[in-house]
Amino acid sequence: MALLKRFQTVRRQYEHMKSLGVDPFGIKMEKLLSPTEAIINGRKTILIGTNNYLGLTFDPRCQAASAETAYLSGTGTTGSRIANGSYAEHTTLESDLADFYGKKQAMVFSTGYQANLGIISTIAGPDDFLLLDADSHASIYDGAKLGTATVIRFRHNDPNDLDRRLNALQDKPGNKIIVLEGIYSMLGDKAPLTDFVAVKKKYANAYIVLDEAHSMGVLGQTGRGLCQEENVEADIDFIVGTFSKSLGAVGGFCVSDSPEFDLLRLVCRPYMFTASLPPATIASVKTALRIIQQEPQLRYRLWQNVEFFYNQLAQLGFRLGKNKSPVVPIYLPNVEVGTLFWQNLLKNGVYANIVMPPATPMGTVLLRCSICSAHERQQLQKVVDILKKTAEEVGYFAIHTQQKFAVA
Amino acid sequence: MSTLQISQVFPKVIAILQRYNKSGSNVHISMQTDLSSDLNLDSLTVMDLIMDLEQEFNISIPMNVMSEIKTAGDLTSTITKLASV
Repeated sequence: MALLKRFQTVRRQYEHMKSLGVDPFGIKMEKLLSPTEAIINGRKTILIGTNNYLGLTFDPRCQAASAETAYLSGTGTTGSRIANGSYAEHTTLESDLADFYGKKQAMVFSTGYQANLGIISTIAGPDDFLLLDADSHASIYDGAKLGTATVIRFRHNDPNDLDRRLNALQDKPGNKIIVLEGIYSMLGDKAPLTDFVAVKKKYANAYIVLDEAHSMGVLGQTGRGLCQEENVEADIDFIVGTFSKSLGAVGGFCVSDSPEFDLLRLVCRPYMFTASLPPATIASVKTALRIIQQEPQLRYRLWQNVEFFYNQLAQLGFRLGKNKSPVVPIYLPNVEVGTLFWQNLLKNGVYANIVMPPATPMGTVLLRCSICSAHERQQLQKVVDILKKTAEEVGYFAIHTQQKFAVA
Repeated sequence: MSTLQISQVFPKVIAILQRYNKSGSNVHISMQTDLSSDLNLDSLTVMDLIMDLEQEFNISIPMNVMSEIKTAGDLTSTITKLASV
């Protein structure tokens, strides 16, 4: 205990939650039935907290590719690519990704977290400046911490604040590396990317790293994300992403036209000193990457589901995030009501994510729902009905009307 | 940018700290006041507070520097230094 004394507040909060009979961090999926259903606590439960936006985890083509490759190439690589060598799967996936984005180079990491950790800590050196959106994901903050650059935060989604800060840095030598996300994971809001690109272009030695973790496969005509939707792909210097959301597996990547990119393989420690992805995982990712390009109907269905779900909840009077997005956050008044809501929802047969500070901006408590293109309409209708019932059970609408929310 | 004095910065820091103070409204803030133990500010609140101070003084306080800031005095001298460059 003495070793972890500084985390006592975390322990207290967790114990408090457990004393209320709720343990959102101890959830166990006893059996997965489909991308949208699992057995939890012995009950069949509808999943709206998976980030499995296109439902590809159970796509038979991805499953077959993975199984076949496990037989042919084994279950794992047992080492890193610089020490043990690359498998054919790693290099072909990298060329598939480069082709998909129309970029010259691609590099595959073992997780999305490591992709941000590696790229951000390595491309910014001791004389450089990292400018992070205040709502950035932990992997971005951790990448900044692992690196040696001066780290500056700007107000979330505020190009003017970024502009002001870059302006003050104009006389300093060193690169200015701006880190943004396509869709922010908690509130589901998009970056005003075109405006950010315009700010970047005003300054010398400025670069943009864009994390498309939640927007790849979800936005853009062929699923290349927010940079494709806003038609600014040529102005994004590094695109980072993950295989663990719309591609339904695990792993991360970075694509770029940078002429120095290949050097990263020899200096980027989170790439070099970790075991590379198993070939079977890569096989399913390659298949999923092909599917998201060839089957735009998956995206179409996803957005139809988002439209339906968001509108239904808004009509019922739920307090939601401002933007329609595959991430639909419901604002909850405080931790007590939040945990009770989450727990009753689970008992009523729906699993969503409960998110609390410090994972959320501005001390908010959120029930975070993520929509999947594989959700059937009747399934989503059932989720809406159960959300309404649960909200009534915990007195959500009464509290809502009285505006007793922690954050207005 | 003109040169600022600690005496010019400190009153503004106090005003913004009082907005975030979670230990009741009448806490006297001195240079020695500890942001965490005296004002009960958690790390996330400190991040928001820093944003307000950055805007007030038109500066950026790098995150690398923030880890060394414990007291209202540390905050004031850091701001004075950054705003006087």
